[in-house]
Amino acid sequence: MLPKTFKGYRRENGRVGIRNHVIILPLDDLSNAASEKVEHNVKGTMALPHHYGRLQFGEDLELHFRTLIGTGANPNVAGVVVIGIEPGWTGRVVDGIAKTGKRVEGFALERNGEIKTVADASRVAQEMIQDASENQREEFDISDLWVSVKCGESDTTSGIGSNPTVGNFIDKMDPVGVTSCFGETSEITGAELVCKERGATPEASDKFYTTWTAYNDMIERHKTDDLSESQPTKGNIEGGLTTIEEKAFGNLEKIGKKTNYIDVLKPAEAPAAGAGLYFMDTSSAAAECVTLQAAAGFVVHLFPTGQGNVIGNPIEPVIKLTANPRTAREMSEHVDLDVSGILRREMNYDEAGDQLIDITMRTCNGRMTCAEALGHREFVMTKLYQSA
Amino acid sequence: MSAPHFVVHNDSDTVGVVVVEDVKEGMDLTGWKMESDKTITVKALNDIPLGHKIALSDFNDGDAVLKYGHDIGKIVQNVAVGGHVHTHNLKTKKW
Repeated sequence: MLPKTFKGYRRENGRVGIRNHVIILPLDDLSNAASEKVEHNVKGTMALPHHYGRLQFGEDLELHFRTLIGTGANPNVAGVVVIGIEPGWTGRVVDGIAKTGKRVEGFALERNGEIKTVADASRVAQEMIQDASENQREEFDISDLWVSVKCGESDTTSGIGSNPTVGNFIDKMDPVGVTSCFGETSEITGAELVCKERGATPEASDKFYTTWTAYNDMIERHKTDDLSESQPTKGNIEGGLTTIEEKAFGNLEKIGKKTNYIDVLKPAEAPAAGAGLYFMDTSSAAAECVTLQAAAGFVVHLFPTGQGNVIGNPIEPVIKLTANPRTAREMSEHVDLDVSGILRREMNYDEAGDQLIDITMRTCNGRMTCAEALGHREFVMTKLYQSA
Repeated sequence: MSAPHFVVHNDSDTVGVVVVEDVKEGMDLTGWKMESDKTITVKALNDIPLGHKIALSDFNDGDAVLKYGHDIGKIVQNVAVGGHVHTHNLKTKKW
């Protein structure tokens, strides 16, 4: 029996969140310290420090703004304080987030200093968190749910156990109108022609193949060897994965057997073609990919792991599942769902998929994930090239 | 149905994946073909760790290895049925 509704928070722009965060968002590396001071002053708020935002240009700068604005705009966020070194670019992030209708205010360090900025920003953050604490969950149709997927520290149990479990979830939830997203462009390598065939239209297929080719060309330009120990990673190899082709076909199990992607997104680009499955051009590094998916507006993440990636995200709850019995036993505090029964022939994909739907709905309705309980807030900006 | 020592994703695959932690050289292993739900048996030629691959056919240098029904790379060192297949004898055709 598929769920028909979930309990979330209605946002001003009509989107539905499953968390109710007030975030302190630094424009740049220089503003991390002030942001963390505001987080310290005002309990329940969350600073999202990161390393970039200075002297970027062109497409790389556009991606920086898209990621910050998208993070603030995500429906899991109730209110945003933006802190930047100067008012110009700070205002650009504020204006971008303000289009959602939610409360957002910006503060600049220049001409104010850090102590005054922290005091001013703290007063606003306190108002925001107290107001947000009165928001109530309401019941929404399942079609208001946006789910992203990405695997990490994969091993061979990922491709035969946890990834097909996510695929079963997608095949069941796509027909009821859930919006979903997969990415990891370099990790499709070896399976790129099979992935191309999964486009819902020739346009979507061509857009995917152009995107994959551009990424692969970048790797070819910069590589110094066959990428052994990078892609697959040391952890992948320890877990029995041997080649990128093997990893890619296992990875692709995450989109199920029958669901086709309807469009291809740039990194951190919000879907605009309606409900359905989307491919996003991303790195295969876990935190980079999930950060971009969260910035595109996805509210809950499914993360199959083999060897035991411990990732979380500050604003998008990350649900981790594994089919590796050793990981389930030795790293249980990181595992939200153990599907190792598949490999013991005790459980089939259909049953595992139902269990994943169950834990996902409980998470959407308010249950904390392992990553949330352990305080994992990996927020990693994708950088396309050097700064000027 | 007893728990298998290894599983095979597609019937056409030429390798299986060991899914238990204690496979030693000389053990008689039970494998589960997931697609057709059939059981097969193979004798292990090496110790094979959890998650690592076992050869289901004899491979010669240059042969393709099939998993998920697809080509996942080329053999660079001969392997017999029951042998451990990994980075020492299987390489990518990409990059």
